[in-house]
Amino acid sequence: MAPSNNRRPGFSRRAQYGVFWSYVFAVAGMLVGVIMLALSYFDPTTFAAARTAVAEATAPVSSALSSVGRTVGSVPDGIGSYFMIHDQNITLRKQIADDHAVTMRARAINYENRRLKALLGLRERIGVPVVSARLVSSSPTSTRRFAVLNAGSWQGVERGQPVLGPDGLIGQIVEAGPNTARVLLLTDPESSVPVRRTRDGLPALAVGRGDGLVDVRSVSNAAATFAPNDVFVTSGAGGVYPPNVPVAKILRHGRDIVLAEAIMRANTLDFALVQRAFLPAPPPPATPVAVPKP
Amino acid sequence: MRARHRGPFDEAPETRLSRLLPAISVMLGSCVTLWPTIAGFPFLPPVGLLMLLAWRLIRADALPIWAPLALGLFDDLLSGQPFGLGIATWAMCFFMIDLIDERLMFRDFWQNWLIAAGGTAFYLVVGRLTAVPFGAPVDTVLLLQVLASIMLFPVVSLLCAWLDRDYEPA
Repeated sequence: MAPSNNRRPGFSRRAQYGVFWSYVFAVAGMLVGVIMLALSYFDPTTFAAARTAVAEATAPVSSALSSVGRTVGSVPDGIGSYFMIHDQNITLRKQIADDHAVTMRARAINYENRRLKALLGLRERIGVPVVSARLVSSSPTSTRRFAVLNAGSWQGVERGQPVLGPDGLIGQIVEAGPNTARVLLLTDPESSVPVRRTRDGLPALAVGRGDGLVDVRSVSNAAATFAPNDVFVTSGAGGVYPPNVPVAKILRHGRDIVLAEAIMRANTLDFALVQRAFLPAPPPPATPVAVPKP
Repeated sequence: MRARHRGPFDEAPETRLSRLLPAISVMLGSCVTLWPTIAGFPFLPPVGLLMLLAWRLIRADALPIWAPLALGLFDDLLSGQPFGLGIATWAMCFFMIDLIDERLMFRDFWQNWLIAAGGTAFYLVVGRLTAVPFGAPVDTVLLLQVLASIMLFPVVSLLCAWLDRDYEPA
């Protein structure tokens, strides 16, 4: 028997009109969807309010799942470290003794550095921490690389602030709701971070690729060559990211544009530190006030 | 008043849960992105869309024709894709399946799988074109994601059939 076609619901005129109008509604809704897609293509922040509202409701779920995962995941680690503790103790003692000389030298250099800077009259800016929170979820089905942070504008998080991890840069806040914020990871294709090489200060841009890696593009005029294991840190140019935060490590030999991997692999286990934008945007110019004539 | 005795040819009484079950399962599929992991590349298939297509292909009257609008909107809010992608492409998938049903008298599972593969690939490719710049080197991972999604469809289809096991057609 051929399957019944539910678009012909019998002889009832009312039922036929019902089917007809549901199709009209569906086509109209699809066209509205196309318009919304076009709007968010030209301005991705158009529907940020709706997204953050949903994230407010879903972030606690991800957070709870994540804490369960952390607890379960830490059990084998705990058992392992209980048995390893004796050997580890010996190694660590040896390491402390080895590092002692380096620390002393670093202290001396640090002191000298401070004195020289004071001589130069340099005024240093430091990154002001806003809040530390965990990343709770991300966008694993999309080609964009977003993560959801478990803190929002009630904790002082604002759009444009940099997000740092224990090893290096994670990304930048793009949408902030009351208790959650959306982070643009530095591997996102739309992300671009001004960096410089630690070895010689060669300026470059770390641009995300979307497949988990980063492209490092030289911005200097001279032909630049890159070698594997070159480390790039933020340069502080542009005023968003604080300087000297590790960003990327080169993977291959190359010129001008090379493949690199992000030093900080963002995960839900470590804390992410949100900082104030390094040099916040200048306040809008004050409107001139009419000066009373003498 | 005593409930009328159900005759052997009467429809199974429809409960509220059985009516909402398809929509709820599709929304739970969309919620898979809430799993606490920070993805470095798109590895997860669009489970919500796979659920939607599986329901539509297993039982045509499981979801009304306008259902993909609401379910796609819900998915857009969770997936990180540009807003409107789910609404537009999921509705287009439903229209395409309607057109195919018009031509095809019968479908078997292989044809369902082929249709679902086309729909999923369409959604992911349109998402790639609208979400990231044209030159971004994400095409290899996108291809892998499309293949993973196509391979996952039989499992999702079985799951939907299992959820639908109590349904008795009139």
